[in-house]
Amino acid sequence: MKKILIANRGEIAERIIRTCSKLGLETVAVYSSADKDLPYVKQATVAYEIGDPPAAKSYLNQDKILRVASEENVDAIHPGYGFLSENAAFVRKINEQGITFIGPSADVVEAMGDKITARKTMQEAGVPVVPGSGEIVDVAEAIAFANEINYPIMLKAAAGGGGIGMQRCENDQELEKAFVSSQNRAKAYFGNGAMFVEKFIDDARHIEVQIVGDNHGNIVHMNERDCSIQRRNQKVLEEAPSPFLSKSTRIQIGEAALLAAKHVQYTNAGTVEFVMDKDENFYFLEMNTRLQVEHPITEETIGVDLVEWQINVAEGKALPLKQEDIQPTGHSIELRLYAEDPTSFMPSPGKIETLHFPKMEGVRIDSGYESGSTVSPFYDPMIAKIIVSGSSREEAIKRCTDFFSSFSLTGIKHNGPLFAQLLKEENFQQGKYSTSYLSKILVKK
Amino acid sequence: MQEIKASMAGTVLNVMVGEGDAVTAGKELVMLESMKMEIPIEAVEEGTVAEVKVNVGDFVNEGDVLVTVK
Repeated sequence: MKKILIANRGEIAERIIRTCSKLGLETVAVYSSADKDLPYVKQATVAYEIGDPPAAKSYLNQDKILRVASEENVDAIHPGYGFLSENAAFVRKINEQGITFIGPSADVVEAMGDKITARKTMQEAGVPVVPGSGEIVDVAEAIAFANEINYPIMLKAAAGGGGIGMQRCENDQELEKAFVSSQNRAKAYFGNGAMFVEKFIDDARHIEVQIVGDNHGNIVHMNERDCSIQRRNQKVLEEAPSPFLSKSTRIQIGEAALLAAKHVQYTNAGTVEFVMDKDENFYFLEMNTRLQVEHPITEETIGVDLVEWQINVAEGKALPLKQEDIQPTGHSIELRLYAEDPTSFMPSPGKIETLHFPKMEGVRIDSGYESGSTVSPFYDPMIAKIIVSGSSREEAIKRCTDFFSSFSLTGIKHNGPLFAQLLKEENFQQGKYSTSYLSKILVKK
Repeated sequence: MQEIKASMAGTVLNVMVGEGDAVTAGKELVMLESMKMEIPIEAVEEGTVAEVKVNVGDFVNEGDVLVTVK
């Protein structure tokens, strides 16, 4: 492999370029007209403008991206996360052009992309799944099922994921109100209106396990990440290891993730997401067939470069480590810096006047922007990921606090102040939190 | 005449009213999408929709008039 096209933007494009440069690989970046001044465009070996700002006209334009890949004669395409990363049709088109897709097979991407199929597949594998339905076609069926498993329930879109296309309902009235609007939204967003109902698990934690498989039948897991600090069902802060898990549950959840991965003969990097109740019972939620936003905390605690592993697997190499060689050390926390109001979470696009990340021991910055960059309203509000590691959780939290005391970002609103507050909260410091925690501490304030 | 303006830059995801529709305060008129978040734009007071100035898919800037209500 000599040249890789990155079908993505911002921080993850920069992140992939970094590993490619380390490995001596050339990179081809693609960008929309809104992103022409972002740092990743300059960092790539070559860069091509592929269209107007709306994602449908640029980062989701498969034909345009494939044309650049063909002109540049690239060996492989790395999809990053989001956009086309879990699009099986795109994977097939790439393969048909004789180009390597850096990710799992199209069949696995397809099977796991449909959340109803994924649930069924995991049940067959013997992995516990959240009590729930198969496909539900109308509101009457949804209400009947909800009464069978009892409220509260989560109404979800089969094609959803990543926190999009789901709604919590407490009773028949709420479900009735949510069903049609959610179904219409799923049709508009995902082109698929299939819905299903899951039991809502109170005081839940979101725990996920990193897995990597190669083409020689080897699969390993790299322990868990706790992603329970969320707003609007989307992650804000993640940490590894989870401050909540007992030793025996940690072993069990790792084994469950391996079982899931082996059952679908998983190749390349992926993540098995679980929801866990307060008694540490865990249930399969979904499988993300791509690199995860929060992969750096696994890299920091395990001491690997996951993008390098992905490229090597895609080239047909065997995994460099066996399960028993994978031993996490220390503690790592990722804080997602978003361009949004720290209390209302309303987006805050605009021009960044100054962006200064203090250089500190144990701090890694994966950023997509710099001073003078514009955060456009067209994409995700994430500006950068601040990854802070230490020999213990206490040390990592202390370093996070020190970081935010000298961090500065001006020109747009951002959630830095929220982190400064969260890090001081006693329950956070003690590791006592669930997915509803963040909204609760804001109400308290 | 009320001018209902975009509270931030974004793309028009949905228009929920047409000209001549009676609306009450708090009625959702337009759904904007900005940074993957849906932002409902509501009527401020009771009235009748005089003009819808945007279509689904349009990009609007903060302060642009979306709908007028009389």
